[in-house]
Amino acid sequence: MTESGRIRVLMAKAGLDGHDRGVKVVARALRDSGIEVIYTGLHQTPEQVVAAAVQEDVDAIGLSLLSGAHMTIFPRILDLLKSEDAGDIVLFGGGTIPDPDVAELKKAGVAELFTPGSSTLDIVDWVRNNLQHKSHASA
Amino acid sequence: MDKDGALTPDFEERRDNPAGRERDFSFTTLSDQPIKPLYTLGDREDADFALDIGFPGEYPYTRGIYHNMYRGRLWTMRQFAGFGAASDTNRRFHYLLEHGVTGLSVAFDNPTLMGMDSDDPRSFGEVGRTGVAIDSLADMETLFDGIPLDQVSTSMTINAPAAVLLAMYVAVGEKQGVAASKLTGTLQNDILKEYIAQKEWIYPPAAGVKLIVDTIEFTSREIPKYNPVSISGYHIREAGSTAVQELAFTIADGMTYVESCVNRGLAVDSFAPRLSFFWNSHIDFFEEVAKFRAARRIWSRLMREKYGAKDPKSWLMRFHTQTAGVSLTAQQPENNIVRTALEALAAVLGGTQSLHTNSMDEVLALPTEKAVEIALRTQQIIAFETGVVNTVDPLGGSYFVEALTDEMESGALEYFARIEELGGVLPGIEQGFFQREIGEAAFRYQQQLERKEKAMVGVNEFVDSAPIDIPILRIDPDVERSQRARLAEVKTSRNHPQVAGALDHLSAATRREENVMPYILDAVRGYATVQEISDAMKVTLGSYREPAFV
Amino acid sequence: MASEPSLLVASALSGNRRAAGRLISMIEDDAPQVEQIMRAVYPHTGNAYLIGFTGPPGAGKSTLVDELVRVVRTSDQSVGIIAVDPNSPFTGGAILGDRIRMMRHATDPQVFIRSMGARGHLGGLAVAAQNASFLFDAMGMSLVLVETVGVGQSELEIAEMADTTVVVMPPGFGDGVQAIKAGIMEIADIFVVNKADDPMASKAVSDIRDVLRMDLEHREWTQPIVRTIATSAEGLEDLWMRIQQHRGYLEQSGELRRRRRARIEREIMRIAERKLLERVLQPRTESQEFETMLDLALEHRMDPYAVADHIVSFRDGR
Repeated sequence: MTESGRIRVLMAKAGLDGHDRGVKVVARALRDSGIEVIYTGLHQTPEQVVAAAVQEDVDAIGLSLLSGAHMTIFPRILDLLKSEDAGDIVLFGGGTIPDPDVAELKKAGVAELFTPGSSTLDIVDWVRNNLQHKSHASA
Repeated sequence: MDKDGALTPDFEERRDNPAGRERDFSFTTLSDQPIKPLYTLGDREDADFALDIGFPGEYPYTRGIYHNMYRGRLWTMRQFAGFGAASDTNRRFHYLLEHGVTGLSVAFDNPTLMGMDSDDPRSFGEVGRTGVAIDSLADMETLFDGIPLDQVSTSMTINAPAAVLLAMYVAVGEKQGVAASKLTGTLQNDILKEYIAQKEWIYPPAAGVKLIVDTIEFTSREIPKYNPVSISGYHIREAGSTAVQELAFTIADGMTYVESCVNRGLAVDSFAPRLSFFWNSHIDFFEEVAKFRAARRIWSRLMREKYGAKDPKSWLMRFHTQTAGVSLTAQQPENNIVRTALEALAAVLGGTQSLHTNSMDEVLALPTEKAVEIALRTQQIIAFETGVVNTVDPLGGSYFVEALTDEMESGALEYFARIEELGGVLPGIEQGFFQREIGEAAFRYQQQLERKEKAMVGVNEFVDSAPIDIPILRIDPDVERSQRARLAEVKTSRNHPQVAGALDHLSAATRREENVMPYILDAVRGYATVQEISDAMKVTLGSYREPAFV
Repeated sequence: MASEPSLLVASALSGNRRAAGRLISMIEDDAPQVEQIMRAVYPHTGNAYLIGFTGPPGAGKSTLVDELVRVVRTSDQSVGIIAVDPNSPFTGGAILGDRIRMMRHATDPQVFIRSMGARGHLGGLAVAAQNASFLFDAMGMSLVLVETVGVGQSELEIAEMADTTVVVMPPGFGDGVQAIKAGIMEIADIFVVNKADDPMASKAVSDIRDVLRMDLEHREWTQPIVRTIATSAEGLEDLWMRIQQHRGYLEQSGELRRRRRARIEREIMRIAERKLLERVLQPRTESQEFETMLDLALEHRMDPYAVADHIVSFRDGR
């Protein structure tokens, strides 16, 4: 049980935007805090992101989006997670997302959204406080 | 001070007495270069004024590429715009032209940038979001409706499918009765920085460069007043690089294009005068001015000495500048007007040929008309009120600016040596060298922000919790549906055998490694779509996947 | 999602990928349920063929594996992939990016890709990879590909678990002969020189050939050297053919059975050692008598060998 504190996060870029500065900075910060990060690269479809999350059995998906397509892609990923029997995988995200959209996405089930100016310290803290590796917690 | 202008020990002693001790602050540039408390003539004692600085309009162009700079002609005030459907952006273009913009600049949406049509499932949610959606010539005709192409210069921010959009621009000209030889403007068409930083690609790097050489060869023959490439540091900087990295990586990309064209058999003076550059103007004022000045000097020396260009026009680095999107803050967004003004001033004092000023709301969404107007007015205030245009290179000869210019140049030369060791830019991309260097710099800066070693007002200093309250431009979700409907209409109304034939010819020409431009132009005229044309070439050229995480 | 191991296994074996992902996490964490899981899995194994890929960083293994998956998918075989990256910084965190190269297969229902970092594998990374490969086997995957970065011990461990081991070399691997002498000769069934369009590739091929010539041991299988350019999918059909040839050789010569027998023997010994440790040695070292002997050894009145003999030879039912 020594490793039951292990957290595994999939960091993903979905859609067609190629801005990966943010996702890489956050991935490094999470790694440095002891988290295992799986990075799936750019230009992924929601289907690819969810399939990877299921195969990798991550505790959460961190989705970075700067394309303005957040109102399409976040809900799509939530739907796919549910249909893959993976509704317990936490979805959080970041990007240029206006406040009214943030509120709507949170209502739809996105756990947290980090907008421009967020500190990686806040993101790491949030991940550590809100995620727990579940693989054999309930056994 | 001694008679040579160097610092004398007694001055340092007077300055460093206890009362003159420095406060606790990091006196470094944004890119982390340490800055001395004082610069004097002594900082350039080895420098040769004529060789390194000289006169504006003369080699090595440190002070500017024209003798009289803005006393002759102001920079082009060029505001980047594009959103929604072609008709939406067309309206914004007319608005900008009415308000005194002197050049157009088209932003395309992500699907177009990736060579995809609006009806591809991967485009869902992205059509018209961060730029205008262009699927076929029909959209391009709408985009420039009522805008005579012989009277306006147009810059197009497009890279992987740049050849296709250039062909569409030529075809719109044909429909308006404007000959290709009369068209002016700039195609971004810089694929190397896509692999390095902006990450909107279709084909593998070598194939991407081949297409760029095709467009350079084609424009130098058919559209001689058009700039086929805008070698861009902007996105490299936005991805988190330092100023020196922006300078070095971009010019290294430029050298790669020059060498590829020469390998094609083009004489250097036949294309080099039409190469242009595109820089970021970030918030560290003097670092940016020095970067622009160093860039001109490095490029002219390379073109003349390394590549043997004889035509002085080949030695000139003409460049566009955009203020730094990443310097803007979502918090207290009105402050962004001030940041943009300072960055714009640095670009002007650095001798830019054209300028885009960001709008204060761009960190939140695409800009509203009001925000765009303020951004444009900022340029007009600099041009017509401040008096900085009255003399050429007013900062030239400043001990500090000249020393910083030298440091920029030597920093870039060090990077050139490292890139050469890797075997050049393409192997560097394959090994993830540039991506890693930029990633490290971005991560370092983020850590400095979090430790408050670097400041962003409203983000980590002088924070207030007032809600962000400025109007936001919303894109009508219906744009995507109607764009797909328009595309479906184009696809049913065109001459199918003609389109299929043109695409087959294009595929065959790609296989034969011919210049594909004439074949793309034919396909475009028949209303083949961006994705159909990209796919016709992809069969031979393949597609690109980035190296693993770096 | 149920977490009862036997239900999870039943679910994974009926094709539920969520259950399979969950089980691999338990395997990776060396959870107490692993024995129960593996006992439920084992009766369903024995049909998959296991191919190991190893080589230095930057050799292009992930791209090669990605392309090989494309090739084998044309013959409709299902594939499980374990991408092992043993490099982790001291924080215990990691960024696993091997699957970036393979994302086009992410939604293929006949392909399952799992990344493994070095952290926390009490039983060793190779054990976790091996158990995951058993699970893939039980799920009906006809091929299991295990990719690892060759940094020391890991390539040997991969070779021990694989039926066919492919060693992937980049064109310029320095003083080639020296680099490949150390052990790799013994484990490679097939050499791949990737990035074969590089000018240094021919030198790499001849370096490997030189080493093979110097090898005096008699071998029934001559290790082929395959040139590939993974980024443009060249040489992959050739590689796949060589792998199948090697499999044919193993099967016909009886070597496959010998290899697998040695593998299961190692597996049994590993399990037995652990059980011995947990059931026999650990309880005995928790006794008062052991504490006393420790003190005696500390005072040099008993030597460590004598103490060890004593605890090992305890009569049970103490």
